[in-house]
Amino acid sequence: MRSTFIIFQRELASYFATPLAYIFIVIFLVMAGTFAFFIGNFFNRGQADLQPFFQFHPWLYLVLIPALSMRLWAEERKTGTIELFLTLPISMTQAVLGKFFAAWAFAGIALILTFPFWITVNILGSPDNGVILASYIGSFLMAGAYLAIGGALSALTKSQIIAFVVTAAVCFFFTVSGSSIVLSFVNGWAPQGLLNDLAFFSFLTHFNAIIRGVIDLRDLVFFISVMAFCLFANAVLVDLKKAD
Amino acid sequence: MEAKIEVRHLTKRFGPITAVNDVTFAVGRGEVLGFLGPNGAGKSTTMKMITGFLAPTRGTAVICGLDMIDQPLEAKRHVGYLPEGAPGYPDMTPSGFLAFVARIRGFDGAEAKRRIALAVERTTLASVLEQPIETLSKGFKRRVGLAQALLHDPEVLILDEPTDGLDPNQKHEVRNLITTLAPEKAIVISTHILEEVDAVCSRAIVIAGGRVLIDDTPGRFAARSRLHNSVRLMLADPAIDARTALLRLPGVVAVEPIEDGEGRAFLVVPQEGRAIIAEVTDLVRTAGWPVAALRVERGRLDDVFRDITAKAA
Ligand SMILES: Nc1ncnc2c1ncn2[C@@H]1O[C@H](COP(=O)(O)OP(=O)(O)OP(=O)(O)O)[C@@H](O)[C@H]1O
Ligand SMILES: [Mg+2]
Repeated sequence: MRSTFIIFQRELASYFATPLAYIFIVIFLVMAGTFAFFIGNFFNRGQADLQPFFQFHPWLYLVLIPALSMRLWAEERKTGTIELFLTLPISMTQAVLGKFFAAWAFAGIALILTFPFWITVNILGSPDNGVILASYIGSFLMAGAYLAIGGALSALTKSQIIAFVVTAAVCFFFTVSGSSIVLSFVNGWAPQGLLNDLAFFSFLTHFNAIIRGVIDLRDLVFFISVMAFCLFANAVLVDLKKAD
Repeated sequence: MEAKIEVRHLTKRFGPITAVNDVTFAVGRGEVLGFLGPNGAGKSTTMKMITGFLAPTRGTAVICGLDMIDQPLEAKRHVGYLPEGAPGYPDMTPSGFLAFVARIRGFDGAEAKRRIALAVERTTLASVLEQPIETLSKGFKRRVGLAQALLHDPEVLILDEPTDGLDPNQKHEVRNLITTLAPEKAIVISTHILEEVDAVCSRAIVIAGGRVLIDDTPGRFAARSRLHNSVRLMLADPAIDARTALLRLPGVVAVEPIEDGEGRAFLVVPQEGRAIIAEVTDLVRTAGWPVAALRVERGRLDDVFRDITAKAA
């Protein structure tokens, strides 16, 4: 626990040691705003809620989260610090969790910094703040799931670029598998069972349910399960690939 | 003597390559083991297994009675490790990095400060403490790696090429440091500098192709040289032909004229294991040759190293 926290602190501080943190946060805020106002018709819908803002989070994460997760293990392997790191008296679980929680906390900080949107809708009208809170929680969990996928994939390579591209591709699959485009494409020939499976593994399906205000524990459990599975895979992959 | 490091039948395969092949040795408190071998011999791989970074294909390493496979966390607490190339987190400063290592090794507050200060002093790091590690010169990076390994005053030190990239003064400092630490610890260093083995090691192991070829003291190691106990004779008058007379001496197998920085001389090579200095001095006296220099060679480590590793290849 203590070791996990110390690793967490070092990792989180390392995000802020480079311009990456600031660039990430600025881009996240600007893009979130742009999507919400211009594509999502934030003002012209005549409704006080944050749905147009949250609705684009999966697509934002698709591009931005791999940029956070790519360095988690790839950089350690590239610079050789993994050899120092894993010969410290820490367990693999502590190493994986410390790193993951730092990245997740960083994503959380970026998310919290979107609070002006929340203030704005509250000034303009009287939104359902319960749904907004649930949406924030959902978005945070979804970010964690994307990060966990990215962390595991970043253990596979020494190249951050490869980690980025592969993570973006895998996350893209997990996102669009539930989008109407893919579903209508598969609809014609695939059995209904496969269709449901595809939709079930889509982050969109679960996230959209949350932001529409349909709070179902199963949607939250889905994201948590994805995280747990990917973190486990992460530990296994680090062990497997650290020698190369 | 109680063994602090016990390496038992360590073997590591990478696909078809056997990098380390059934390596067994023990290092006790007070010993400094020099790990020698040509490039790709398996030195670093062996060290990575001793420190618990790599899982062995077969065999195990036991640190202070703790098996690295069964009790990795406990075993790792007793080890200070300088990996090959001395990696460090590029964005961190040495002071931030050492503070992190101190905390994760369980030291806080004043205790952490004291330990960091001591490690910094021992590795002469004070001048670069607040500079990002990526901007440090190679030698300073290595010193950061050393400081990190010494921080918790471990009983076992595994140092992979600790003096690589250091300037001559720093090399000397690091060797002194190792000698100072030696009585309290079991130390393994790998190196390509054979004089270093003479300077700091109480024992030397040569490995090649993943196998241990020699495990001996540096003195006895040098004694394996063909030139061990040979006599270097330099005459004041180069016109004298001493060769034939020297060759007739009992126990002499060869007389080789050599020409080096010190001038022209003869190297009188004995049969293996024989000392011929008495015979040579007698001959010089009876023949009345004017001697400029006369000395017994103890054999050069490089020669032995080259002989052994060439034979193994
Ligand atoms: N991850 C790996 N995958 C495949 N082969 C490896 C791996 N690591 C090491 N090897 C091989 O194992 C052998 C031993 O390598 P090692 O790094 O232990 O040598 P070394 O004695 O430290 O050499 P040097 O003096 O150059 O540092 C080499 O043939 C190397 O190519
Ligand atoms: Mg090596």
